[in-house]
Amino acid sequence: MHLIKGARILGGAPADILLRDGVVAEVGAGLTAAGATVVDADGLIALPGLVDLHTHLREPGREDAETVESGTRAAAAGGYTAVHAMANTEPVADTAGVVEQVWRLGREAGHCDVHPVGAVTRGLEGERLAELGAMADSAARVRVFSDDGHCVSDAVLMRRALEYVKAFDGVVAQHAQEPRLTEHAQMNEGEVSGRLGLAGWPAVAEEAIISRDCLLAAHVGSRLHVCHVSTAGSVEIIRWAKSKGWQVTAEVTPHHLLLTDELAETYDPVYKVNPPLRTKADIDALREALADGTIDCVATDHAPHPAEAKETEWAPAAMGMIGLETALSVVQEAMVETGLLDWAGVADRLAVRPARIGRLSGQGRPIEVGAPANLTLYDPSVRTAVDPRGFVSKSRNTPFAGLELPGRVQATFLRGRPTVLEGKPI
Amino acid sequence: MKRHLISAADLTRDDALLILDTAEELSRIADRPIKKLPTLRGRTVVNLFFEDSTRTRISFEAAAKRLSADVINFSAKGSSVSKGESLKDTALTLEAMGADGVVIRHNASGAPHRLAGWVRGSVVNAGDGTHEHPTQALLDAYTMRRRLGDLDGRRVTIVGDILHSRVARSNVLLLNTLGAEVTLVAPPTLFPVSVDTWPCEVAYDFDAVLPKSDVVMMLRVQQERMTAAYFPTVREYSRRYGLDARRLAALQDHAIVMHPGPMNRGVEIAAEVADSPRSTIVEQVANGVTVRMAVLYLLLGGSEPAIGGDVTPAGAVSPNGDAKRGGDASRREDA
Repeated sequence: MHLIKGARILGGAPADILLRDGVVAEVGAGLTAAGATVVDADGLIALPGLVDLHTHLREPGREDAETVESGTRAAAAGGYTAVHAMANTEPVADTAGVVEQVWRLGREAGHCDVHPVGAVTRGLEGERLAELGAMADSAARVRVFSDDGHCVSDAVLMRRALEYVKAFDGVVAQHAQEPRLTEHAQMNEGEVSGRLGLAGWPAVAEEAIISRDCLLAAHVGSRLHVCHVSTAGSVEIIRWAKSKGWQVTAEVTPHHLLLTDELAETYDPVYKVNPPLRTKADIDALREALADGTIDCVATDHAPHPAEAKETEWAPAAMGMIGLETALSVVQEAMVETGLLDWAGVADRLAVRPARIGRLSGQGRPIEVGAPANLTLYDPSVRTAVDPRGFVSKSRNTPFAGLELPGRVQATFLRGRPTVLEGKPI
Repeated sequence: MKRHLISAADLTRDDALLILDTAEELSRIADRPIKKLPTLRGRTVVNLFFEDSTRTRISFEAAAKRLSADVINFSAKGSSVSKGESLKDTALTLEAMGADGVVIRHNASGAPHRLAGWVRGSVVNAGDGTHEHPTQALLDAYTMRRRLGDLDGRRVTIVGDILHSRVARSNVLLLNTLGAEVTLVAPPTLFPVSVDTWPCEVAYDFDAVLPKSDVVMMLRVQQERMTAAYFPTVREYSRRYGLDARRLAALQDHAIVMHPGPMNRGVEIAAEVADSPRSTIVEQVANGVTVRMAVLYLLLGGSEPAIGGDVTPAGAVSPNGDAKRGGDASRREDA
């Protein structure tokens, strides 16, 4: 039993929150509870526990980069109470067996809920559908399916997947990347790629697939989720699809809200990611879209890599950045400090909507009596330089190292049990 | 001058002129009985070649040896985490051997940039992926200056696969620094999408720019472009963008023809053009050694002048031993 004193729920007036038996038992002023551990939350903002729709936990297969244990601990440190573990593990999460394994590892670790994402196609090969129904019916109850890292580029296969998952209210999360337009692509195609002599990843390769998939989703009446939207053009297409009333949702990563392709000038592959960092104009469009709800949520695309995968020339380096432990700070910097979102908006985009897209009934709920006690306490007043040495993740490939960012997660509760206290994971 | 030469953009106008002027000075030793200078005695230059390029490697090797440097040739094909030693480990090895200068050729754009972060010595980019090849641009500028004099206001037309050409990138930057006006000519498929932001003109019609060009530089068409829909057929490319005798006749009398080599005779350049008196292709090779000597001297040379008033016996201290680099106006002797 924990009694949180003086937290500002969604940035509002200070209130006390009593967590008992895994739920929010009381909310009000001057609460007392015999035997409760008191948590001083003076100046802290209380948000619903964050929900990530896009996390690479790397287990099974690449436990040198991250494990379910280390990744979920990092998630808790970042304020998360649920993550969706992407399917591109070794073996691929394309059977009930693998998704149940990941789900169980998450339960055993206990730092946050782990919801495995099932592969759309067997082995992520884009040729035959994986057993989507078996994964949906498994103990892991998979609802989000994605070949993330690969695009389901075959239009017929994408159509069938969209149709098929309707049977269990699933959603296909598409990694939108036209493969032929992005062969050997290294970075955003534009002024910087031309100057640096790095093969370009054109915005149209993302936008063409998003356009097609929106039309397919409309045609078969299915839910489509667009992973890591990175261009201004994609935003326009999604805005149009939503205006038609189609069931299209979208996410943006923290790094695409803050960083531009000019960072590639360093040739340091810590800035290499897929989709690539884009331009200032894209950042502005993405922020605006997140603010107005065209983009539903922020998802980290936390992609851990061992040091040697990044300490190379640009071209052979692995793509991806870690993000769980910096996401909320980046969102504060990009969206709150700029006046684009208030804290209620942050809760909506980082907890409420991703939980809804993933069909997680126990997550992303308002902090009110009777709701599961999943919440995080955040201090928005501090400002510190990001120091990867202090990270909980096993990997250090953050593009934010040395950058001064606001805020710090002070505590996280998963169904009433603290996973982080006084800024430290338990 | 910066410690490394990775991009032609690293060079100010004064830096570039100093290299060209130093090369002029160094070229004089070719007439001397002893062609070797003691300038880099005791310095170690490593030629680190991850990509086959015999001509560039021997050019750098000859340059370093004529300056009496110890030369280590290190060839390593293929560099990725999955196969063989990483670039970083190679760099640490070179560090341990005490390399004063590392000349690197690599198929990955930015590899010299990365290497410079891992070694203490000077890094010279001898061609990285589709990024840059600054010593090629310097030897090209040197060759142009010898034939045409001051480059200020000269019109240089570069024709071919701009998208994938490190030679084009370095030449555009350096020639712009030196005041020349560059026009790039290629089919639209072989330009980067943002080429309009480069400090040069862009044209699709080769014939239209020929009559006003002082220099026409032809780039090699790589075999892999020929099958990737950049242009319909090699013959069509050759007809539209190749330099043949008819186009050669459209040039001004003083105009020269350049090619960084190796050439595809009959594709981007006709044999009779390559072998014509206007062609500087063989000179470019010879000038490459001289210009690379100047670069190595200026980056690694310490305080000695590149060349004394007389042939300096090996080991002797030059009377002008304290001449400072970059400040010696007497070296300016534009051809």
